Amino acid sequence: MMDKFVAVVTKIPVGFATVLKTFFRKPVTIQYPEQTKPMSARFRGRHHLKRYDDGLEKCIGCALCAAACPADAIYVEAAENTNEQRYSPGERYAKTYEINMLRCIFCGYCEDACPTNAIVLEPMEFPTGYTRDSMIYVKDMLLEAPPPGAPATPQQTPPGKYDRAILPFPPITD
Amino acid sequence: MNPILEALIKSVAVLAVALAGFAYMTWVERKFISRLQARIGPNRAGPFGLLQPVADGIKLIFKESITPANVDVLVYFLAPIVAVVPALVLFAVIPFGSDPAFQLASNINVGALYVMAVLGVGIYGMILAGWSSNNKYALLGGLRASAQVISYELGLGLAVLSVIMMASSASLNDIVAYQQPGNILGWLIFRQPIAAVIFAITALAELARAPFDLVEAEQELTAGFMTEYGGMKFALFYMSEYVKMIGMSALFVTFFLGGWSGPFVNEAPALSLVYFAIKVLACLLVMVWVRATLPRFRYDKLMGFGWKVLLPLGLLNVVVTALLIVAGVPGYK
Ligand code: SF4
Ligand code: SF4
Repeated sequence: MMDKFVAVVTKIPVGFATVLKTFFRKPVTIQYPEQTKPMSARFRGRHHLKRYDDGLEKCIGCALCAAACPADAIYVEAAENTNEQRYSPGERYAKTYEINMLRCIFCGYCEDACPTNAIVLEPMEFPTGYTRDSMIYVKDMLLEAPPPGAPATPQQTPPGKYDRAILPFPPITD
Repeated sequence: MNPILEALIKSVAVLAVALAGFAYMTWVERKFISRLQARIGPNRAGPFGLLQPVADGIKLIFKESITPANVDVLVYFLAPIVAVVPALVLFAVIPFGSDPAFQLASNINVGALYVMAVLGVGIYGMILAGWSSNNKYALLGGLRASAQVISYELGLGLAVLSVIMMASSASLNDIVAYQQPGNILGWLIFRQPIAAVIFAITALAELARAPFDLVEAEQELTAGFMTEYGGMKFALFYMSEYVKMIGMSALFVTFFLGGWSGPFVNEAPALSLVYFAIKVLACLLVMVWVRATLPRFRYDKLMGFGWKVLLPLGLLNVVVTALLIVAGVPGYK
């Protein structure tokens, strides 16, 4: 009883000293909007729609990402490409492409599902906004700028050059 | 000067200082405790977050005033006022400085008794709030508050009793004067260390501050007796807590740290106000330090500690003090 009391009472000043020592330590706070934590290069942040080096969009409007999305956050509406108004290689492109950032759980399944590696989650700013409307990211916000020197979409392309979508892996043959 | 006018001016001044002290004590506490936890604390509203209390105040004023269903309306609205008034009138007898002008009710000869009485009334705010809110959490918080505060008031009274015995007067001015042999060793904390420790612990319990904040133990009781209070009604409870903190620190300074005494007080009486403020601030910072260090008590341990440790210790201290005084031991005369 007595030694327990002594043990407790002698430990209390140690606790007080430890807390006071913390006072002289540098605060660990990160002042968020001004300072940010370094993010891993593989961090699954906000989505980006990628382009080819010639400026054409990779997305072909197949909506496989929307089908894969467990949170039902993606809405894709496809339209036909023509050689005069070409957005992407192949027959179709995404006329409307929206991601509801409030529904998205950043699982990356859309990345996995995409046959052309068009959609990529990258370590970027976190989506924030004041209204629900502003949290629906439309195609203009998701689409990357064309690489330097390359024209934006729609482009005029020679007939026959982009009839097929460009797949990042060899087509399956039997 | 007309005595009524003088009293009016002084009370307004004390009220203003107490309320500003309350507002900025919240800032000091948040800043200091965050540094003790390796954080920065509020720093967005104004330089160093200095406008944070203003922002909080504005926010609370503009909150909707909600009266929950089935509350006892009269008591429900009265409770915050009952809590805050005793906290404020506590300052009436405390001598803030060497000049009689630095005190509201100059030299009541039962000052210490008055203080104990006022502190006792303060509990009613919590009990009434808990009872009138028609909420289980609030009721349990109110019950805990009453049990805790009543048990710890005994220890507090015994600590004050030893001080009164030393100074052979219950007037706060006499107690301060008694600690004035010109040096720091005159402070009663050196001659009544046990009473000082008991006072400090029971004061924390009386204020329901960590580690004795069972009254509003968030994990079990959401916000305890003030669960159903929002907006300015909540602010009043908050105010009573912080004003009482300042009042208790002022009492600790008066009883044990020599009150307003300090070097060169006779030459420049205004200096005594500064000494008093510095000592009070030091006590407040220690309270925050305690809050950052100690975890909350378990309820049965809290009651056990009050009745089985502090009360006997306080009684023993009173007896020993009496014996020392009767025996005429130097320093206890
Ligand atoms: S990351 Fe997951 S949840 Fe978000 S859009 Fe892609 S598939 Fe849907
Ligand atoms: S992002 Fe990929 S999966 Fe989604 S519609 Fe475009 S091409 Fe299809």
